[in-house]
Amino acid sequence: MAGVAVSTTINGDDVEFLCQPDETLLDVLRDRLGLTGAKEGCGTGDCGACSIILDDRLVCSCLVLGAEAQGRRVETIEGMAQGDKLHPLQQKFLEHAALQCGICTPGFLIAAKDLLAKNPDPTEEEIRFGLAGNLCRCTGYDKIVRAVQDAASVMKGA
Amino acid sequence: MRYERPHSMEEAVGLLTGSTGTTAILAGGSDLLVRMKGGFTEPDLIVDIKSIDGLCDIRQTAEGFSIGAAVPCALLGENEALKREWPGVVEAANLIGSKQVQGRCTIVGNLCNASPAADSVPALVAAGARASIVGPAGRRTIAVEAVPTAPGKTSLAKGEIIDAILLDKRPARSADAYLRFIPRTEMDIAVVSAGVCLTIDASGTVTSARVALGAVAPTVILVEEAARILVGTKADAATLQKLEEACSAASRPIDDKRGTVAFRKQVAGVMARRAATIAYARAGDR
Repeated sequence: MAGVAVSTTINGDDVEFLCQPDETLLDVLRDRLGLTGAKEGCGTGDCGACSIILDDRLVCSCLVLGAEAQGRRVETIEGMAQGDKLHPLQQKFLEHAALQCGICTPGFLIAAKDLLAKNPDPTEEEIRFGLAGNLCRCTGYDKIVRAVQDAASVMKGA
Repeated sequence: MRYERPHSMEEAVGLLTGSTGTTAILAGGSDLLVRMKGGFTEPDLIVDIKSIDGLCDIRQTAEGFSIGAAVPCALLGENEALKREWPGVVEAANLIGSKQVQGRCTIVGNLCNASPAADSVPALVAAGARASIVGPAGRRTIAVEAVPTAPGKTSLAKGEIIDAILLDKRPARSADAYLRFIPRTEMDIAVVSAGVCLTIDASGTVTSARVALGAVAPTVILVEEAARILVGTKADAATLQKLEEACSAASRPIDDKRGTVAFRKQVAGVMARRAATIAYARAGDR
């Protein structure tokens, strides 16, 4: 099986990698590039733990082939904090204790970032619908929703 | 497995025609990658059509709209002109999956996956949408309801690719609507669904109609009897009652974990009646 050579941009950096034609972008990120923030929950696009932003669209990286990243822009959880400074969403997730085991958290943060980029002042219902593609089995979602609401108000004031 | 990213339809058709093994067309991948992961398919060749010129675009022309085969459903919901002209098609397409899936899934993929419960298909059938197909013998255009032939099966020949879905220009006072029944508020597979598209005259009388049902037969069905019932009326209560009965009678569902035959037949009528009511109100607003 011949490898596919891919040139892409990940969190603003030019990145080149070789992958197998049937390898998912999630596997490339985790196993070839050491970017293990995106998690594999279901591997079938149901849980959202592998969420990334691909050319300004929120997608499940388990449903994208690594080869498809050619010439595109990939944003992952690793690009969310600026050095030691957490993104307001990350800060609010900590303050509201919006996580327990943490497996779903990178996916929620990326999905919430995408949500607030498109709708800076969402209602609670819009947050719940917007994050419906991310599953959390620990928190019961309430703390996550509160954290996103709080982050939205901080980000609007910034 | 080989992964190819052609830049023209001719090249894509050539790749599919020239392959002796199992082939798959990749646009959003939200069905294909799941089937690969589950071991249900192991393609020898994947042809990614997203780099083909125009396939990621929605074009508005004098004839109507042309929606490229690789356009993600999220983009349909962001296109104000399309939403205004074809609200039923857009609301159906936007019901598929989560935000993450919306960023990838396409209406052509939904059509070619050929699930009887596909959300966008009843709306497209009701809308009278056509599929533009390119293959080894050139281009042909067929009604969308002629694409799926059975669960998981389509009428496309080897080497054929749907490059766009075509929606006609709307007449005045015309609108569509789509509704589905699921046991939760979102992100589920339709137990029953209905799409209705109709046109009314200045007095409010229905002059043409199309009614389609999903998840009540091996393929999405067009219920011509229901359309005949609507035409010539003002969609009054007695007419809608007859429409409901006709849709229940036309349904040939199966019993499964999502619903029983009796439940599906009843709900098919209810969904069709409610969708017709919405489409009628929308047509009056235009």
